[in-house]
Amino acid sequence: MSKVIPLAQAVQQFVRDGDLVYAAGFTHLIPFGVGHEIIRQRKHDLILARATPDLIYDQMVAAGCARKVIFSYMGNPGVGSLRLVRSEIEAGRLEWEEYSHFGMISRLQAGATGLPFMPMNPTAAGDLERVNSNYRTVKDPYSGGDVVVVPALKPDVAVVHVQRADADGNAHIWGIIGEQKEAAFAAARVILTAEEIVDEAIIRSDPNRTLIPGFIVDAVCQVPYCAHPSYTQGYYDRDNNFYLKWDEISSNRETTQSYLDEWVYGVCDRSEYWQKLGTEAHKRLMVASQTSAPVDYGKY
Amino acid sequence: MADYTSSELLTINAARLLRDGDRVFVGVGLPNLACNLARRTHAPNLLMIYEAGVIGAQPKRLPLSIGDPTLVSGALSVCSMYDIFAFYLQRGNVDVGFMGGAQIDRFGNINATVIGDYDHPKVRLPGSGGSMEIAAWANRCYLLTPHTKRRFPEKLDFRTSAGFLRGRAERQAANLRGGGMLAVVTDLGLMEPDDSGELVLTALHPGVAVEQACENTGWDLKVAKELQVTEAPKAEELRILRQDLDPSGIYLKGSA
Repeated sequence: MSKVIPLAQAVQQFVRDGDLVYAAGFTHLIPFGVGHEIIRQRKHDLILARATPDLIYDQMVAAGCARKVIFSYMGNPGVGSLRLVRSEIEAGRLEWEEYSHFGMISRLQAGATGLPFMPMNPTAAGDLERVNSNYRTVKDPYSGGDVVVVPALKPDVAVVHVQRADADGNAHIWGIIGEQKEAAFAAARVILTAEEIVDEAIIRSDPNRTLIPGFIVDAVCQVPYCAHPSYTQGYYDRDNNFYLKWDEISSNRETTQSYLDEWVYGVCDRSEYWQKLGTEAHKRLMVASQTSAPVDYGKY
Repeated sequence: MADYTSSELLTINAARLLRDGDRVFVGVGLPNLACNLARRTHAPNLLMIYEAGVIGAQPKRLPLSIGDPTLVSGALSVCSMYDIFAFYLQRGNVDVGFMGGAQIDRFGNINATVIGDYDHPKVRLPGSGGSMEIAAWANRCYLLTPHTKRRFPEKLDFRTSAGFLRGRAERQAANLRGGGMLAVVTDLGLMEPDDSGELVLTALHPGVAVEQACENTGWDLKVAKELQVTEAPKAEELRILRQDLDPSGIYLKGSA
């Protein structure tokens, strides 16, 4: 059954005001195209969860979409501070809930596997556990020692970008696979965007690469270049220049607002955004091919 | 004037701490350069692991972020975020972790979270990321930092990750698997923990006076009885860094 619909329709149908949203991707495959569509549709009061809020949540917070962020590393990776989320937190205008990376991903793992919580070995650091009461320490019933536990995270909606999927949402992902699978299984609803929609036979040719089965996916949207300024392994490079430039853009409200006006509100979709980036950027982000050796599944 | 920058000094001294065969949880910037330098000198079998889930990376260019695609192409293995923290770090498969942070105290505990009160932050820092677990479970932790009073306060505003807590005995009682903060490399010298877990000055870089290190430390810095002087950066180390690893001087040009 085809679930292919335009992205604008998917956001309208599956993202609701007040939702807990998890836009997946550890540096790789971050679904900026969907973040921008959520901003254009002026969704609000969202709880935005991501291990690394990255520029996508910085922009969504700047646009007024969020009432709370849940994170484990709030920086502009390799550049420095995530200025807008940071200043909203410092000003007391944005709620936040904070974990270490392992705590964050363990919450998602519990949500994805239907467990109430996940145990971790203690780290003894103490302070994060003191300020976030979701961290609890319980007795290991077997050894009697301590384990630290965090509760399942169950997003209302997960947004996942992939290299290729079929019309039903069976999805191939390669490169850094962060927490896409966990987010998709943990969430009540899943919006899947893909660089390419391919025939089911392509998916079936390499079943080990299918991290997300179609039956947990609600909408499939073909959104080439959805991840820019993040990247899609093998399709286009990370736009490190933009990550550096965002540090300037986000340093004051006016330049942030004019960025949103020009690049989010001022374009109707990702395709127009990509065209607007221009040929110099397209050329700069192009990537040469380096294919894997084919594997032989055998004919049985 | 020395003919090397303080960033080069830090990187070279960090590389010398690494051993052949080490499995290193690498960060971007100077630790990444230190690992690559070690691989090209005394530790060809060093394995680089990135918290984005990449094992055995062989980056062809300098990665800006720890999730750069150059880390993936040609790597030995790529796994999920849960797997990298559970199968690799928690399981005890990581030898060395490089730490970062705004403040470090005399027992090697680190604050990467907040300056001021947690609920009403004066300066909100990025937060733990993986550092809470790396500090607890990597066999050896190292930290590279400029040597300033602000970096080495008497007391942390927030303890994001554990060094020796309030002393080596407390860390031992907490039953953490890793060995804790075993060296802090600064632009003035080297600090290493004594029997009690307190960081003491064990070496100075060439041309640095003890007083400089003491004046730039927020606590009453103890000096080891047999204070060493680090070997000055060698021509070959500098050549590899400048010609091969960071030819544009992105990380190495300036002061650390």
